[in-house]
Amino acid sequence: MSNLGYTEKVLDHFRNPRNPGRIEDADVTTKVGSAACGDMVQLYLKVNPDTEVIEDIKFESFGCAANIASTSATTELAKGKTLEEAKKVHFKDVVEELGGLPKHKVHCAMLATSGLKAAIMKYEAKRGKRTVDEDFVKRMMTGVLDPAKGLNIVAAKRVDRIEVEGKKVRVVLSKDLDDDTRATMAEDILSALTGLDLEVSVE
Amino acid sequence: MDHASTTPMAPEVIEAMKTAFVETFGNASSLHQPGLAARGALEEAREGVAGLIGAKAEEVYFTSGGTESDNFAIKGVALRNRDRGRHIITTSIEHPAVLEPCRYLEQQGFEVTYLPVTKEGLVEVDVLESVIRKDTILISMMHANNEIGTIQPIAEAGSIARDRGIAFHTDAVQTVGKIPAKVDDLGVDLLSVSSHKLHGPKGVGALYIREGTNIEPMMLGGGHERGMRSGTENVPGIVGLAAAADLAGRNLEGDMTHLAGMRDRLAEFVLVRVKDSWVNGSRTRRLPNNLNLGFSYIEGEALLLRLDAEGIAVSTGSACSSKKTVASHVLTAIGLRPEEAHGSLRITLGRENTDEEVDFVARAIVDVAEKLLAMSPFRRS
Repeated sequence: MSNLGYTEKVLDHFRNPRNPGRIEDADVTTKVGSAACGDMVQLYLKVNPDTEVIEDIKFESFGCAANIASTSATTELAKGKTLEEAKKVHFKDVVEELGGLPKHKVHCAMLATSGLKAAIMKYEAKRGKRTVDEDFVKRMMTGVLDPAKGLNIVAAKRVDRIEVEGKKVRVVLSKDLDDDTRATMAEDILSALTGLDLEVSVE
Repeated sequence: MDHASTTPMAPEVIEAMKTAFVETFGNASSLHQPGLAARGALEEAREGVAGLIGAKAEEVYFTSGGTESDNFAIKGVALRNRDRGRHIITTSIEHPAVLEPCRYLEQQGFEVTYLPVTKEGLVEVDVLESVIRKDTILISMMHANNEIGTIQPIAEAGSIARDRGIAFHTDAVQTVGKIPAKVDDLGVDLLSVSSHKLHGPKGVGALYIREGTNIEPMMLGGGHERGMRSGTENVPGIVGLAAAADLAGRNLEGDMTHLAGMRDRLAEFVLVRVKDSWVNGSRTRRLPNNLNLGFSYIEGEALLLRLDAEGIAVSTGSACSSKKTVASHVLTAIGLRPEEAHGSLRITLGRENTDEEVDFVARAIVDVAEKLLAMSPFRRS
């Protein structure tokens, strides 16, 4: 019986991850997930500004074998693709690449691909190709997890309001959160929007 | 390196069971010679198990294992004494075999107080004293914790229970055969034993019930085990448990020194080499064979799988290793934040482990931890 229901491909990616590490002069980096959930990844991208091809991509992970393997496979699928192509990498492609994932681990593949999408959107925002509006911020918030529900904070209905005015972003969190959770979430929100030259406040 | 989950059967146990399978296969209730032979083996085994825990033979009831013994004690005492009161006290770090019967009883109209523990996993006796009520009928407190190895002040709690006339149960599944666990020293009325945790076979255990304890039978039927636990006795299994108990009793002191030595050697090796690592639980009031290490910035399932690839079997309290999405209730009860609980690793040693094996494991843990730390986003150079 395979270990914890993992396929040989998952175990291979886990033991010999592709593209681990960081890129010091990355064009864009993004952190998604939550340490409290034990499921967090950080992606680093180097993009050719003329061709928009992802020339290099690396990742760091705090997570289980499925988290490491999913992110490893995602980087492999994204490397060498244009941003437009890479955006289309679906979590199901990652699951397929890995020969399947246990049902309760599929969220790891979703986290990895949502991280990739967030990184691409952030890159576009940095290059002025995408306006930073409420929708953009909301999309970035889908990379922040609510440890209590194991969902992203938008799906978990933890975000009451998002307001964007020029470079000022205001995120209002739901009132029924305790102080500890709120503080951790605020930290994760700031790190999700870091590098965009924005003034972010979380309430 | 995962002996708290289960242990390999000792060769002496296998030999004793072989004999029992061949020579004492009879039904211990039958009156003919094969039946009497089985009865003889059964009662001899009862004496043996009673000896290890300092009980009288007639106070030992054989069961199918630790889970049944815990269920038997908790449900049996609660149901028999429901007219005297419906309040039960236990701890927040018990094994599910205790917690689940307690939750079941809550649904049946009982009230249960779950005692908090200190950062080291210890129950404070004055806290126990403060929650006792007039209608408290049972206290159940594990002798030592299966995850973090903390040994509870059972004797102190036992004397409080005795003074108040409250039945006192301890789940001693992790301690019998590992450290001294005599029922009179501990002051307990009920004590659960599991065979496969002390190099015996699976599917067998025992419940010690002090003479005079009010308790309902576990199983109704043909009246086996003096009417308390019906069902034809599993004589070979029981003989195996007794052989394991005999072996453990004879080697207790030596095993304890050997195990504690290996445990501390392993802890020191890892702690000085891996930054931001620590020991979960108490360093002093601890099972000799249990080490529970915590690592910052590393997730336990990843550690476990990497070590498994090296042929090293360990366990983790990380949520990711199970289908549940919450971290271990024991690790959160001792105040670890979820991200700290994710990085836990339990190593539980057995008497057949050697210093060489421990050194190999220690090096492998350091090596794997360094590899995972190198790819953690929290790593700060």
